[in-house]
Amino acid sequence: MTPVQLIFILAAAVVLGAAVMVVSSEKMLHSAFWLIVSLFGVAVLFVLLQAGFFAVIQVVVYIGAIAILVIFAVMLTRRVMDESGPQLTRWWWLGALAALGVYGILVVVLRSWAGFTTPIAEIPAGGQDIVRLLGIALISPNGYVLPFEVASILLLAALVGSIFIAWEKR
Amino acid sequence: METTIWTDPIRVIADWLTQLLVGWGLPAGLVFFIINLLGVAVLATGAMLFVLFLIWYERKIVGRIQDRLGPNRIGPFGIFQSIADMLKIFTKEYITPLGADKVPYNLAPIMAVGGVLLIWAVIPFADRVYGVDLNVGVLYIIAVGAIGTLAIIMAGWSSNNKYALLGAFRSVALLISYEVPMVMALLVPVILSGSLGMNDIVRSQAIWYLFVAPIPALIFFLTSMAEVGRSPFDLIEAESEIVSGFNIEYSGLKFGMFYVAEFLHAFTISLLFATLFMGGWRGPGAEQFPLLGLIYFVIKTFFVYFVVILFRGSLPRFRTDQMMDLNWKILTPLALVSIMVIAVVEKALAGSSLVVRSASLLLANLVVALVALQFLRSSGKSQRELAESAGAQVVDTVSTREHTSI
Repeated sequence: MTPVQLIFILAAAVVLGAAVMVVSSEKMLHSAFWLIVSLFGVAVLFVLLQAGFFAVIQVVVYIGAIAILVIFAVMLTRRVMDESGPQLTRWWWLGALAALGVYGILVVVLRSWAGFTTPIAEIPAGGQDIVRLLGIALISPNGYVLPFEVASILLLAALVGSIFIAWEKR
Repeated sequence: METTIWTDPIRVIADWLTQLLVGWGLPAGLVFFIINLLGVAVLATGAMLFVLFLIWYERKIVGRIQDRLGPNRIGPFGIFQSIADMLKIFTKEYITPLGADKVPYNLAPIMAVGGVLLIWAVIPFADRVYGVDLNVGVLYIIAVGAIGTLAIIMAGWSSNNKYALLGAFRSVALLISYEVPMVMALLVPVILSGSLGMNDIVRSQAIWYLFVAPIPALIFFLTSMAEVGRSPFDLIEAESEIVSGFNIEYSGLKFGMFYVAEFLHAFTISLLFATLFMGGWRGPGAEQFPLLGLIYFVIKTFFVYFVVILFRGSLPRFRTDQMMDLNWKILTPLALVSIMVIAVVEKALAGSSLVVRSASLLLANLVVALVALQFLRSSGKSQRELAESAGAQVVDTVSTREHTSI
């Protein structure tokens, strides 16, 4: 087993284990913290795919902004400090059955996928810096400038909407 | 240029250790891992031990600013004061409050210190002396700052204390707000040097970026001081207001870790400022002898650190709304405008020589500064007129009432 495979198995175990803890923690803030652990695991997976830039962006955006926002929302919820009721609902065995069924379907479909045995290919960088290529791709007309600008306008709309909602009516 | 310990110290020491360990019979992969681990341990321990000196330095200087001596009893000039404090904090009892959440409570000080030490991995101390040459070094620094913010939330919430929670809320609002102009100001060295890596930024500073782009340098300086929670932005631990904020319920070495994290963070932002805007280790003869580069770097960093301590000793604390005003109404628009101006000027003069580009960038920065000052002056004047007219109305009503009473 190569070190890359070992690290991948560890990172995947962290992501999945933390995700299970997110949905099964008793306190909501614990779920938020487990979400942060899971997102760190995803950042490690990005590094394994030779996308170090995205690993850092994942930490900055998801953990540094979104997770903190989630924690704020949880802390401002009024009844977060109370103990909730029983963790499992009455029909929990039905949910488990559905999850196992989906897992079985996925295993059957992916059994013939060739991607399990192909090695990780090098990004065709041609000796240049990958971040530089990403920047050029994001703003070149032959690249992805249109989705980039549309995403910026979407973010601007969200920003203007949030300011409008939070504006004090004089 | 041969490779002696004076021209390439890390490589020489690493090669010697590799030969030694392989000679003892260990496999090469394990030796590589052990040497890297050793480097990490040396850097982290060195940084933590350096904090003792920093605490003494700060206490002496703040004391002199306040017209008193500072610690002067333990050892000559009080240099052993930090060691005495360290021993005291080691031996204090850990009191965990009732109802505290154990795991976040104990993890928060570790993450606070870790979030600062991780920055030291990408800072180039000299030409070939650095932890790791990440090609996204600047982004990595921002990402690691997010970990420090998380640590404060965890500390504030898990203490099971209203004041700690309030302090955590206020400080996290402050920290995430001040990240916005900081990231924008960090973009300017990236634009000017064309790379996100710290080594490339240092190598392309033939003229210091402090003289080429003074406004982003100023913005970065102010916002990093706010990120650390240093006076005048020390709302986070305003002892007179919210009883020291998120670290109320911490005692002993856990509080010591928060304390160390704050001082180390203040020194780390001085390191970052010196690297990004003052040319890092650059100086005469620094490329051949890394030790000279380290000396230049330390001198520049202590200059910046001295200014940080001066700010702390002389300015009163900001209120929350004043801090938010400063951030969103002044620093963020200024950062946006200066990025646009610098990008346009840099692209327009891409073919010119270095001196022409630097001079025109400096001129553009000064123009932006003058325009901003004009805005501030006119808005200040209008606010003053508003306040005066409101005060004059009050005086008028008082005098008419006196007349009618007679």
